[in-house]
Amino acid sequence: MSEEASGVVKKFLYINRKAPYGTVYALESLEVVLIAAAFDQDVSLAFFDDGVYQIAKGMDTKAIGQKNFSPTYKALGDYDINKIYVSKESLDARGLSKDDLMDLKYEDEDDDWAEKDSIHIVNSEELADLMDSQDVILSF
Amino acid sequence: MALDVGGKVVETDEEGYLSNRDEWSNEIAKAISVAEGIDMSDNHWEVVNFLREYYEEYQIAPAVRVLTKAIGKKLGKDKGNSKYLYELFPYGPAKQACKIAGLPKPTGCV
Repeated sequence: MSEEASGVVKKFLYINRKAPYGTVYALESLEVVLIAAAFDQDVSLAFFDDGVYQIAKGMDTKAIGQKNFSPTYKALGDYDINKIYVSKESLDARGLSKDDLMDLKYEDEDDDWAEKDSIHIVNSEELADLMDSQDVILSF
Repeated sequence: MALDVGGKVVETDEEGYLSNRDEWSNEIAKAISVAEGIDMSDNHWEVVNFLREYYEEYQIAPAVRVLTKAIGKKLGKDKGNSKYLYELFPYGPAKQACKIAGLPKPTGCV
């Protein structure tokens, strides 16, 4: 790789559209995001369709005998992943609001470690603009 | 693989990570540390216990960069740097300390 290319920061968007359990997509996406965080790229996450359930509060997986990985989303802030976009239309269609989602926060290093919200509720137009501005989009 | 802890056999994977996290105890941690060539001091325990708490809260073992930052926040800047952590765990704080803490290999470690 040339010196120039190795220093380029690309914009990555990870799209999550599936329910957290029942398929392996949600957990795989989360693991890829955590691993890729080591590469210091500009990372955003988007949740729409049933994907909004991935960051819903109060998940209990006991009855299906699977590990509950909801708490891991709260570590995203530690990994400097603090741009999380959630579709307003998808929430509305499921009778959900921001209050039904986990409180995902990060500490802003440039603002005396103030705690800030990572979640942004966006409409489909804003989501389209967001996708348009990316270099790489990975859909799960 | 298996580890002999005071006559009790504990299962590990081929790299020495505990197969069953719930079996973990201070004695097992000690036995793993001996196999890793580490003489556990209070400073070692501090990191190991921190990792166990982190896992309890987030269900993952943090990457070393995240661990370093989080330790710095909780235990002070003099401990939240890789020099300090590598002195305690020469083969990698995330890998070795996680192993001693009975946690899975950190996500992102290959």
